[in-house]
Amino acid sequence: MIEKKNKLTMVVLSGDMDKVMAAYIIANGAAAAGTEVIMFFTFWGIKAIQKGNLTGKSIFGRMLGVMNRGGVDAIGPSRLNMGGMGRWMFKLMMKMHGVTPLNELRDAAIALGVHLIPCQMSMDVMEINCNDLIPEAEEPVGVAVMLEHANESSIQYFI
Amino acid sequence: MTDKPSLSLDFKGLLCPMPVVKIAMAMKQVQVGQLVEAVATDPGVMADIPAWARTSGHELVELEKREKDFRFVVKRAK
Repeated sequence: MIEKKNKLTMVVLSGDMDKVMAAYIIANGAAAAGTEVIMFFTFWGIKAIQKGNLTGKSIFGRMLGVMNRGGVDAIGPSRLNMGGMGRWMFKLMMKMHGVTPLNELRDAAIALGVHLIPCQMSMDVMEINCNDLIPEAEEPVGVAVMLEHANESSIQYFI
Repeated sequence: MTDKPSLSLDFKGLLCPMPVVKIAMAMKQVQVGQLVEAVATDPGVMADIPAWARTSGHELVELEKREKDFRFVVKRAK
């Protein structure tokens, strides 16, 4: 039996603004309280650690790169996006209420030492390479590494 | 008597999770045993700062609701 550490492992599958925001808020709260935090970004979640440039090599990969643009500034809410209108409106409303924007939440998480780990398989499928990710992203790994982290974590999340 | 805070911070206008993030970062700027004082306007700090103190192990010395804001003092414990 592995002893649980003061550690949190989170799988971020969603690439929507609202869900990524929740993920970074939880990560910040935990890291601020001294918890080691592992964020494992898979599938749409990869967008949360992308720089935001166009990606892809093959015709399909490039199409995906255009239609599924990464980066925290490009992602829209999971509901009421309405072709980008929702994203614009939510950003404006959050600014009006003084909510910390997504890019600053991510910077805070990085400053607190949160580990940002991409999923290798998702990157292969979506034709995203390490240069498309922010420099703070760590080496891509697979499910076994994520499970090893989760196994010794006292808190686990799937977002 | 109370010790004088080594650092005084303004968290006015900041919403969750920033008060907790910023107080955690402030802990790294002072020595063990020193105090950090902060003023916030988010009512969430009344519940969140004590919870942060319990999990992080730092000591919450004061937490008060004032007329227009909230003031708290934390001591770096480790």
